[in-house]
Amino acid sequence: MENKQTPLGYISFSVFAWIVGLLIFFPIFWMVLTSFKSELEAVSIPPSFISFDWTLENYAEVQERSNYFKFAMNSVILAVGSTLVGLVFAVTCAWAMAFNPTKRTKNALLWMLSTKMMPPVGVLVPIYLLFRDWGLLDTRFGLIMVLFLMNLPIMVWMLYTYFKEIPTDILEAARMDGATLPKEIIFVLLPMAVPGIASTMLLNVILAWNEAFWTLNLTTSDAAPLTAFIASYSSPEGLFWAKLSAASTLAVAPILVIGWFSQKQLVRGLTFGAVK
Amino acid sequence: MGAIRLEKVKKTFGTLDVIPGVDLEINDGEFVVFVGPSGCGKSTLLRLIAGLEDVTDGKILIDGTDVANEAPAKRGLSMVFQSYALYPHMTVYNNIAFGLKMAGESKEVINEKVQSAAKILNLTDYLERRPGALSGGQRQRVAIGRAIVRNPAAFLFDEPLSNLDAALRVNMRLEITGLHQELKTTMIYVTHDQVEAMTMADKIVVLQAGRVEQVGKPMDLYSKPANKFVAGFIGSPKMNFLGGELAAKHTCHEIGVRPEHLAVSTESGEIAATVKIAEHLGAETYLHVVADEYGPMTVRATGEVPLGEHDKIFLTPEPDRIHRFDAQGLAVAAS
Repeated sequence: MENKQTPLGYISFSVFAWIVGLLIFFPIFWMVLTSFKSELEAVSIPPSFISFDWTLENYAEVQERSNYFKFAMNSVILAVGSTLVGLVFAVTCAWAMAFNPTKRTKNALLWMLSTKMMPPVGVLVPIYLLFRDWGLLDTRFGLIMVLFLMNLPIMVWMLYTYFKEIPTDILEAARMDGATLPKEIIFVLLPMAVPGIASTMLLNVILAWNEAFWTLNLTTSDAAPLTAFIASYSSPEGLFWAKLSAASTLAVAPILVIGWFSQKQLVRGLTFGAVK
Repeated sequence: MGAIRLEKVKKTFGTLDVIPGVDLEINDGEFVVFVGPSGCGKSTLLRLIAGLEDVTDGKILIDGTDVANEAPAKRGLSMVFQSYALYPHMTVYNNIAFGLKMAGESKEVINEKVQSAAKILNLTDYLERRPGALSGGQRQRVAIGRAIVRNPAAFLFDEPLSNLDAALRVNMRLEITGLHQELKTTMIYVTHDQVEAMTMADKIVVLQAGRVEQVGKPMDLYSKPANKFVAGFIGSPKMNFLGGELAAKHTCHEIGVRPEHLAVSTESGEIAATVKIAEHLGAETYLHVVADEYGPMTVRATGEVPLGEHDKIFLTPEPDRIHRFDAQGLAVAAS
């Protein structure tokens, strides 16, 4: 294949890409570094890079002051729970839209997506009141519902683009073979869409894990996930940068690890259908 | 048993009449071919019989029972798709077994049926492979295997050979014909290839714009086409249609003469023409000529004919092979 790029263009493009990458990565790097400093060193000016006394005391104190695993467990339950519930609805919805489209399918899809453009704070009061009246405040069930509904449009869109790639003939063959609709979906459609479903689930887990607006506003302690855990360290009695960093590092670590190992799948999922 | 009867079957998509109303009788064990140009509604008609499309109106009777509102699986029919439509994530064995599994058959019965189908179709060595690792012909055989294990009332084939290359197509054509002789099950076969229709069918249904133009045995359609459309569609190369003086002589609007029913002479004949292109195939020669009075015509001469561009020739239609049509294009019976 002929590469039309000049060496100079290639180098400057690479340098630019590295700069952008490092800029994005720097806050995370700084957060991890700060988490190993003492509170005093964390706020010292000029900041020290490597030459400080490395300490684990922030992690110890964070663990002592609050139960990390309780928050982490809530995060896992909320992220996985909302993803699984969402999957049931999104698969059926995407099936209908991909294989039995009507004149209005495209509009319905756009309308679903448009709900993502509304700022969540716009519906905070009604949803808060509903939660209060139905006794859903600070419950995992209530949060799972909110997170699943929030991410449903994205799940439907991703699955829809995947399902569109699957030939209708194969589903019709299953129908001729005597498969009922649930069997057609479970035994034929889903196994063929595994890569798409995997990346949809992955993205949804990440989005739900990182969601901070609703998790902070609708929980206090019982259902509070890691976002609340981090927030609890930016307290009125003053900012403890080192401990806040340690708490944040602990909170983002699991999802970073998952993301790192599945980045190939994720990129494929996000760009699927974009290039043909 | 697999007698299928269509009564005033109608299909509309929105305001578009795809099938305005078809009546058709298919006898048990018959090999029926639906043939017609693309977009004529032949695939839609097959899908209506299969149950993959809902009929707008009319009845579909299978062995006397109206199944027009039944689910596809309840009709007891098997279908082979143009794209094979194999399940890519399953092995050949599981592809063939899928229908039996859905029907809740026991493992022993499934195994026995799959093995025997694999044997008939020469697939025994490939049972553990995935469809992706098979050639086009093998995939088509798996699709047929999937259809036969269910022991259906009738097989439906939707242009099953159009994705295969020419040599393989001839082979598979023979295999499907052989299978029909062996199983003696009703088969409905959709194709746009009139050679497939002529060679395989017991009965051909010629469709145009959702209407049945003619139903009959292959040779009946060839020798007694009901109208100009059928006359032009069946037979290759196409029939020549001539008006003017020659038609007047036969007291009709237009006459039709097949390329193989024209005698060629360099000295005398009824139609004077000039050769434009001569296609030499060895066993026969196709002459594409321009007749002085009638325009372009095609002639099919047996053997090697020593003619080429610009040669003047004379053509004479065989008198008892002339088809006569009226102004509406309908065949006029011989007087």
